[in-house]
Order: sequence, then structure tokens, then C-alpha cells
Amino acid sequence: MGFLEVVFTNPLFIRGAAIGFLVSLCAALLGVCLVLKRCSMIGDGLSHVAFGTLSVAVALNFAPLVITIPIVMLSAFFLLRLSESSSIKGDSAIALISSTSLAIGVAAASLGGVTKSVDGYMFGSIWLVEMEELYICIPLAAAVIAIFLLCYNDIFLVTFDEDFAKASGINVGVYKTVMSLLTALVIVIGMRIMGTLLISSLIIFPSLTAMRIFKSFKGVVICSSAVAVAAFALGFVVSYYTEMPTGASIVIVNALFFSVFYAIGKLARR
Amino acid sequence: MSVILKASHICVAYEGKKVVENVSFEVERGDYLCIVGENGTGKSSLVKAMLGLVPTCCGKAEFNLKNGRKRIGYLPQQNVMQNNFPASVKETVLSGCLSGMKFPKIYGKKERDTAEEYMKYLDIYELGKKSVGELSGGQRQRVFLARALCAADEILVLDEPVSGLDINAAKDLYNCLEKINKEKNITIIMISHDMQSALRYATKILHLDKTLLFYGSKEDYLLSPYSKRLLS
Repeated sequence: MGFLEVVFTNPLFIRGAAIGFLVSLCAALLGVCLVLKRCSMIGDGLSHVAFGTLSVAVALNFAPLVITIPIVMLSAFFLLRLSESSSIKGDSAIALISSTSLAIGVAAASLGGVTKSVDGYMFGSIWLVEMEELYICIPLAAAVIAIFLLCYNDIFLVTFDEDFAKASGINVGVYKTVMSLLTALVIVIGMRIMGTLLISSLIIFPSLTAMRIFKSFKGVVICSSAVAVAAFALGFVVSYYTEMPTGASIVIVNALFFSVFYAIGKLARR
Repeated sequence: MSVILKASHICVAYEGKKVVENVSFEVERGDYLCIVGENGTGKSSLVKAMLGLVPTCCGKAEFNLKNGRKRIGYLPQQNVMQNNFPASVKETVLSGCLSGMKFPKIYGKKERDTAEEYMKYLDIYELGKKSVGELSGGQRQRVFLARALCAADEILVLDEPVSGLDINAAKDLYNCLEKINKEKNITIIMISHDMQSALRYATKILHLDKTLLFYGSKEDYLLSPYSKRLLS
């Protein structure tokens, strides 16, 4: 069977592809802000927290998403405050939280005897995705896109210059909270495809790739969305033919895109 | 002349430590005020408190602006992080207009015209498509000045606008500010380390050392004992 035929006839494929596209797009959009605000490591920290909670939920036989989503959102809120406070160094705190959650997750999985299904969270698989996730993903993507379209100019200013944004009467705190909550959701959903270890690349790669060439905010936002969607599509096809894990092939494609954009950026500036 | 800013008994504290104590003063429309003082004497904190960027523990700053809206042009201290930020000059200047806009904030002709006007006024119109990070320090400060002007047509608040600029770029920026102050009758409040220029361009001086040491006209300041402290 050809690739396209499978894609359009197998419900698992359709579901996986739909979630993949939406998550990649959302992660890229939110990623532009996270990367530029120098808090992309929050994404990494959150994915580890999500792993820990998911494993505990599976080991205790609870519905994984119902428990994980609120906890990860709470952590997002907390990590954001942490990175703002000057008394604790944000990056080391995130590292501590990441490894602790990871340890709890691994321990819970082994004690509960569910290492097999937890493996799926660690490395992800597009085939594990369930209808439930699609139901969360569609409104999530709609929200992220709507916020970017309607509040684009405010988002630019909040990302670029928080003090000036505040002086302009923009409620910076609300924006940052909403962004971090949306990031938390994107990570929990995206983890099923990419896995704990690889999900943060969806957030970081596209915007860094776009920044090699584009020098305006609008250019970076549009290009990183395009790069993210293209990398997912290509990675998905590659993983189908090579039987590589989807997460890994998406990251490799992203890395290739980055190298190409880097080279073009270097050449263009000579 | 009318009072444009009335600060009364402003106190600011960080983690229980007072950095600004009981500062009161009034600024009149058209004034060119320089806030001077040594490092760590609370100059930035005072300004941020007046703008509502940091909480005050007591006191308040009231702006008496024509349209009743709180529209203040702010030029924050330079931030090295911004040097790699993908923001074009045009995007940056336009974002100044946001302060007067209501949801959904989409730039229309009015905003584009305002941005264009100030970009031409400060001679950065040709740089419109360039990234802010590619500019020289002086050009970049003029971009931020244009953004501040888009945000406010009555009062500008600047936090050490010339730090890191070479002598010529600093002189250009001072000339721009003088032009803005005189031609457009925009009130200027500026934090400055550069005493010589502060005394040359300002009409009023505020000398801060946690509390208010001196506030008054430049001429009076030169006669006061406080001026010796910073000039020597």
C-alpha cells in the first residue's frame, strides 16, 4: 500500500497526523516566545514533570490525562514564577525538578510493573495516540492560533520588552500565564508523539531555525510555523518508510532544516 | 504652566530593603528634568515606581495628561538580550502605538502614519526593514525613542538613554531630545549619569540618594552643595 493510501484510510494514521500537525504548529508558535524570552528550558522541565505524573497515574491505574494535565499546568505556573524570582536560579531549579520527576516516574513504573507502557511516554509513538487526545488538541490548537491572530501585536511587545509593554498598559502577567498554561497542554499532548526526551525540540527547533534567516518577528513567526509543519510531514513520511520512531525522525528532520537554514543565513550575510 | 506629574511620598522596597524613601516632587509641562545620583541610589526604581512597573510601598505618582489616559513614552534601560531579538525597526516603532489602542489591536493607517512620522523625525526611516540588532547603539536608541514618541505625545521618561553610546552618538541623541522638548513641547524626565550633559540640557534637576536631596531649577542646583558631590 502506498503512503497516501494508508494515511487516508487508516484511522490511526489520520488521528496521528492530525495531532502531529496541530501540536507541531502550536509548539512552534509558543516556542518563538519561549525561546526569545530565554525560557525554553521550561518546556523541557514540563515534559519531565508530565512523564513523572503519567507514570504514577498509569501505575495507580488512574486515567492518565485527567491527572497529568492539571498537574503539569500547575507546574508551568510555578516554573514561570520561579524563573522570575531572582533569589533562586531558574535553570538549576528546572534541572532539579526535571530529574526528580523523571526519577519518580521511573520508580513508579517499576514498582507498579508497567514499564512497558511507560516506555511509550519516554520515547513516544504516534500509534499510541487516542481519540481523547484529539479532542483536547483541536480546541487547544484553535485557542493558540486565535490568540496569536488576535493578540499578535501585544505578544510581540510582551516578548520583546516586558517593561515597555507594562508601561503601555498591557497586562504582561496574564499573557505569560496564558502562554505557560498553553505550553503545558501542548507538551502533555505532544509527549505522546515525541516522548518526554524529544518534545522540547518541537518548541525550540523551529524558531531557532527561522531566526537563522529572518530578522523580523513576523518573519520568524511565519517561517517557524512553516518549518514545524514541514518537518512533521517529512519526519512522518520518513518514519513510515524506515520504521524509525516518529519522534526521532521528526527531530532529525528538524536538525537538518536547522543546518540548511544556518548555512543559508551565513552565506546571505557575507 | 500646569503640573503634568505629581509624585507624593513615593517609597519602594525590594525584599524588605528600602531603596527609595519618601520622594515628593512636581513636574510642570514642558520641563526637562534630569534625575541624577550615584549608582544604586534608587533612580531606576523611582522611575519604575512612577510608571507602575514596580509596586510602591507607599505614595503615588499622578500623571495629569490631556486625554485622561495614561500614555507615557518610556525608554527603558538598554537590554543586551534585545540585540539578538528578531524585531525590525518598523515593528519596534509601531509597537509604541499599542498603548493607545483597544482590542483587537491591529495597526491601521493612523498608527502607520504616526510611526512613519516619528521615524522620519528621528531620521531612521530608511532603516525600517533592518533588524534592531543590526543597528549601531545610537541608531537603536533613536528607534526606541521613536517608539516612546508613538506611545506618548506629552511626556517621555528615559532611563539612561546614552549609556554605552560613544560621544557623537550621545550628542546626537541629546540634540534629538532637545528638539523634541522644544519643538513639540514634550516633557522629558531622564535618568542620567552624564552630569555635564544633564546640566547643559536640563531645566530642572532632581538629585536622589534614596531620599530626595535636591529638587529645583538647574541654576539653583549649581549653587547648592549637592552639585559639588557629583561634579567633583
